[in-house]
Amino acid sequence: MLSIRLFEQRVKQLYRAGEIVGAIHLYIGEEAIATGVSEALRRDDYVFSTHRGHGHLIAKGGDLKRMMAELMGKATGCSRGCGGSMHMFDPSIGFMGGNGIVGGGIPLALGAAFSAQYRGADSVAVAYFGDGGMYQGVLHESLNLAAKWKLPFIAVCENNRYAATTPVAKSAASHDFSTYAAPHGIPGVRVDGNDCLAVHKAAKQAVARARAGQGATLLDCETYRVEPHCGIIPDDRPQEERDEWGRIENDPIERSRRRLKITQPQFAKLRAEIESGLDEAVEFARQSPMPKIGSCDA
Amino acid sequence: MRKLTYIDAIVEAMHEEMARDESVYVIGEDVDIKGGVWKGTVGLLEKFGAKRVRGTPISEAAFTGLATGSAMTGLRPILEIMYMPFCYVAMDQFLNQMAKLPAMSGGQIKLPITIRAQAGAGTREAAQHSQSQEAIFLHIPGFKVVMPATVYDAKGLLKSAIRDDSPVLFIEDRNLYYEPEEVPEGEWLVPLGQADVARTGKDVSVVTLGFPRRKALAAAKQLEGTVDVEVIDARSLEPLDMDTIGASVMKTGRLLVVHEAPVRCGAGAEIVRRVVAEYFDYLDAEPRVLGGANLPLPFSPVLEDACLPQVNDIVNAVRQMA
Repeated sequence: MLSIRLFEQRVKQLYRAGEIVGAIHLYIGEEAIATGVSEALRRDDYVFSTHRGHGHLIAKGGDLKRMMAELMGKATGCSRGCGGSMHMFDPSIGFMGGNGIVGGGIPLALGAAFSAQYRGADSVAVAYFGDGGMYQGVLHESLNLAAKWKLPFIAVCENNRYAATTPVAKSAASHDFSTYAAPHGIPGVRVDGNDCLAVHKAAKQAVARARAGQGATLLDCETYRVEPHCGIIPDDRPQEERDEWGRIENDPIERSRRRLKITQPQFAKLRAEIESGLDEAVEFARQSPMPKIGSCDA
Repeated sequence: MRKLTYIDAIVEAMHEEMARDESVYVIGEDVDIKGGVWKGTVGLLEKFGAKRVRGTPISEAAFTGLATGSAMTGLRPILEIMYMPFCYVAMDQFLNQMAKLPAMSGGQIKLPITIRAQAGAGTREAAQHSQSQEAIFLHIPGFKVVMPATVYDAKGLLKSAIRDDSPVLFIEDRNLYYEPEEVPEGEWLVPLGQADVARTGKDVSVVTLGFPRRKALAAAKQLEGTVDVEVIDARSLEPLDMDTIGASVMKTGRLLVVHEAPVRCGAGAEIVRRVVAEYFDYLDAEPRVLGGANLPLPFSPVLEDACLPQVNDIVNAVRQMA
């Protein structure tokens, strides 16, 4: 969780300095979800991510050096410089890519779940999406098929309350997205997305159910996007709302630190270790060569 | 030799490939109900079971994405689109996902997907069931595109498509489905990217895409004695066999492309562009494209027929060029 936070803060600095370009969507404030979910997964389980996917990849075991290199468009990047922030891939650890289209990865994850069932493997597939993905028809089509075919599919809504800049209140008739599961006869669980243990507990149940051949689950994880939608969009969300979510007691990492009784010196040491790994990742990315022209030709 | 229909050739190809490779499966609307509405999956359910022959609800976006996700993780789907314009319901999944994932992943993702899309016109089903969409998929990098016009090619190209590691759009024409033609016994493959010289001639090269092959051959017969027409069935549009088309143009100096899609931004325009770029010095006349009218196809038989290139139109075009 802390690795994700510090990685994202480093990305923010490098983006401001112009070393990273393009569209960057930061995961700061939402780290408990990817961490809690991935702790319930094996290497051979599949994750299909979103445009805000750095945290999903780190939680699945992604290599920080190759991630940083990808963000700098280098040949050593995890997508060889062809994908960038929104399209990182590492199939060797079951990370089947970010996605620039809201909801676009949901049926792909459904396909991986289908494939696992077809091959008789007990792997499961996780589709991450935001509250924005809840408004896409393909989610509802996918939940229906997952339920009907009892696929090992876990739909994880990271409900950060904003689809780009539009709040949930403006878009959704029902604000409790876990209720979207009921019509399909699958469990829908609403969970505090800033409570890593709560997320993990819910994910563990969903994974166990999927592995046992009992089918799909929808998790609605409530959280808050601390940063603006992406690097170039100004943040005009209400200040009092941002202040409330920005309080240290609401921070997912601080909540876990207190629960796990990690002292400030221990925490500082952990932080320093991660920062030193990030220094190496940034240096690796800086020293890596640019891709050869034509190297992304399929 | 034996008689076989185009749709039975497709079914036979799938039987052979599914028996050969456990990872090949069929998915689409009604494919597991009495062999499908076009009888394009006859006997597969009985032989391979419900696991490998998956009838779906009418959720094109979900099952297209599902096919892609399954191909990302080791399977080789044959995705059936009952009527090709239904693809539009799933355009994000086709054009943003399937087309782009292999390249965006830096080549780490392979997508061995065959899209069997039933197309065609002239059957009075109006605009939302009748449209030639090959140019859309040719324009988006990431697909191979084939349009078989004979029973032999239907089987041979489908088997090659299933064995290919990229998404292959296999466009079937419903007008060809049920008329038997002579084919050999047993198994054969037709490689992707090879045109077929359907008739040799020395005066005008007529390149056809899909169903118009038959019309061009009929026109060539009518013109016998006045113009000697060479008919080349492109068969594969991506990759396109420029060597065969170019060799014909070098011989005749005249090129007419015939397809049912509108001429504007069509595959014919692209073939003409490439011939002009690579074989300009051999052209003795302005290369032309004969295509469908530039509008959604109307229902009324008299109106629909007027929108599609007919044998007489080809005869007249060739006469003007010769």
